Amino acid sequence: MCAKQVTRKPSEPVGTTGHEWDGIEEFNNPMPRWWVWTFYATIVWAVGYMIAYPAWPLISGATPGVLGASTRADVAAEIQRFDEANAGIKAQLVAAPLASIPADQTLMAYAEPAGASVFRTNCATCHGSGAAGVEGKGYPSLLDDDWLWGGTIEDIHLTITHGIRNTTDPDARYSEMPKFGVDGLLEDAQIDAVVEHVLAISGQAHDAALAAEGATVYADNCTGCHMEAGEGDPTQGAPALNDAIWLYGGSREKIKETVVYARFGVMPAWAGRLTEDEIRAVAAWVHSRGGGE
Amino acid sequence: MTSPDAEPTSLYTAREPIFPRRVKGAFRTMKWWIMAVTLGIYYLTPWIRWDRGPNLPDQAVLVDLANRRFFFFTIEIWPHEFYFVAGLLIMAGLGLFLFTSAAGRVWCGYACPQTVWTDLYILVERWVEGDRNARIRLHRQGWDGEKIRKRALKWTLWLLIGLATGGAWIFYFTDAPTLAADLVQGTAHPVAYLTMLILTLTTFAFGGFAREQICIYACPWPRIQAAMMDEDTLTIAYRDWRGEPRGKLHQGEVAEGQGDCIDCMACVNVCPMGIDIRNGQQLACITCGLCIDACNDTMDRIGKPRDLIGYMALTDEVRERAGQTPKSVWSHVFRLRTVLYTVLWAGVGIGLVVALFLRSEIDVNVSPVRNPTFVTLSDGTIRNTYDIRLRNKSGSDETYSISVTSEAGLVLRLEGSADALVRVPANETLQQRVYVEAAPGSAAAVADRTELRLWVADTGSTARVHHDTVFNGKGQ
Repeated sequence: MCAKQVTRKPSEPVGTTGHEWDGIEEFNNPMPRWWVWTFYATIVWAVGYMIAYPAWPLISGATPGVLGASTRADVAAEIQRFDEANAGIKAQLVAAPLASIPADQTLMAYAEPAGASVFRTNCATCHGSGAAGVEGKGYPSLLDDDWLWGGTIEDIHLTITHGIRNTTDPDARYSEMPKFGVDGLLEDAQIDAVVEHVLAISGQAHDAALAAEGATVYADNCTGCHMEAGEGDPTQGAPALNDAIWLYGGSREKIKETVVYARFGVMPAWAGRLTEDEIRAVAAWVHSRGGGE
Repeated sequence: MTSPDAEPTSLYTAREPIFPRRVKGAFRTMKWWIMAVTLGIYYLTPWIRWDRGPNLPDQAVLVDLANRRFFFFTIEIWPHEFYFVAGLLIMAGLGLFLFTSAAGRVWCGYACPQTVWTDLYILVERWVEGDRNARIRLHRQGWDGEKIRKRALKWTLWLLIGLATGGAWIFYFTDAPTLAADLVQGTAHPVAYLTMLILTLTTFAFGGFAREQICIYACPWPRIQAAMMDEDTLTIAYRDWRGEPRGKLHQGEVAEGQGDCIDCMACVNVCPMGIDIRNGQQLACITCGLCIDACNDTMDRIGKPRDLIGYMALTDEVRERAGQTPKSVWSHVFRLRTVLYTVLWAGVGIGLVVALFLRSEIDVNVSPVRNPTFVTLSDGTIRNTYDIRLRNKSGSDETYSISVTSEAGLVLRLEGSADALVRVPANETLQQRVYVEAAPGSAAAVADRTELRLWVADTGSTARVHHDTVFNGKGQ
């Protein structure tokens, strides 16, 4: 377009600002005066705002403002509002028999997201944000069907409440594997044999002759906890040795390391740190990750 | 930067008030009709009822923010179908491109809410205070009884229009009859009153006082439009080769050597933007056509041909100056550019209509759980987990069966359910955790990735949808 852009009134001559560079003059198309008044109004508003709301930073905190506005207090009020709104369902969760929770859609609708939140805050440090644990490091996965101390919701609830092998909670469940190597309970040859036997019962490649020897060592030393066929015993936290899941690794070297030095995984008790409704929510959440019994 | 001998000039100036004169003619009549239709649609649409059966609103057009649903007659849009809204916005944009490239600022001149409401406000102003000359007189006279009375009446009427405008807006978001009753009884939500207040005041300020300043200073569209106009675009132009030299015409005299323009200022006096179209096409011109009506009226009176001011393309201006006949309007409107815009616009529209009819009653979102990518079970089975979000958009409770198909033999289980059935209540969304398992040592368990297809079928009808995803094995 060859449009000539003119915003002045048709009757007015074209004014210039008086600026001139090499013969090029600058038109003066004045802004509406109310714009500048609006600008002054914003300054007045800013002064009022500084008086009414927290504005100037001080050494600790800021000027409070005469309205007493505080986003921190707003957040606290919001949290309290949600706490009050959830008080009823929390009471229901605490009152319900544990075994009935997984099938109760109303309770689970609350427990799922609440439990996920509790888990991410408190449990993910060891068990991982996806609850998969850390394989080979002794942090068990909570997603599979293999449970050290039982996978019913009651078992999970008990484990979370009191923890495992800790010294702070007298009700924490406790068991300890002997250090067969460093305490001299077994000869080196016996250890090598029993490792072959464990490899055999877990379906891995092994030396059959040595494994047969190891079966005797196993029967004499290990069946008390890990049972005859290596199926483990959840009542004393003895892991199954005949399956595909390994807490500290299932290779020949790792199993030998376990037999020589033993393992001692600790979980803290949560009873004092989490409320009962939080423990129940996170127990229900863990139970619904695919491995719950 | 300022040269030392520069005189001090103000960078600001008071707005010069504009008193558009009344005009009659084809464009004015068309604008009245457009105003009636657009305002009618705006004010009345929320009151159209539409029976959707129980549990659903019976308002034809409703933006249900609380339930996150948009109802438009038979169409119901859920938040995840927001692409429909995006598509409509793209169509609106392309439509604007099309109209602008074909006929210039027709949106600004006829359909823009700023133009329509300003037109309505000027109508009220003229009704209360009289036509141009009476309004100028009133503007100049002091604040006597007459001025106070007329201004008070005018502002009251403006505020009432603003109130109706703000009121109509909120009816689009809640059931209109219920909200109207609540508003009157003072029991409506504070947000409703606040929205009404804000829209009342903005309508009052924009239509009553800001008027052309919105178009000149605030609106980006006039600037963008320049990119869409070319020499074939129809715009309003003054035929200066016919009109100049302009001069007054006195009764009984024959004006020798004078053009057709008699400098009667009618085109300037009727202009709501306060410009002189004889200076050429300019930024402030919204092409409302009122100067055409005014000039044609004058030409009729002095017995000269019409269209001294008229819609014209730049190429025609060149042709006319050279004494040639201009091309037909349609040859300007139908050109590659406008055809291209039309094709794009229609393409998006057809796509949206097709998408609308292909929508299923079930909507499925599958999020594969990737933390961890797979879980090893005690017997060595490899398990993948998927969170499936099921939306039941039918009006009744439905039971869905979930299954998996894959070249590898995969087994599907649901969390908390022995069979592969999920019940989803009407108009609700449910998240279901789904496990897919590969036997120890099987192809899928050993492979890195295996393609699979999850099926969700409505057991009560033939509706079923699928979602393709992958199964993560141990890899080698």
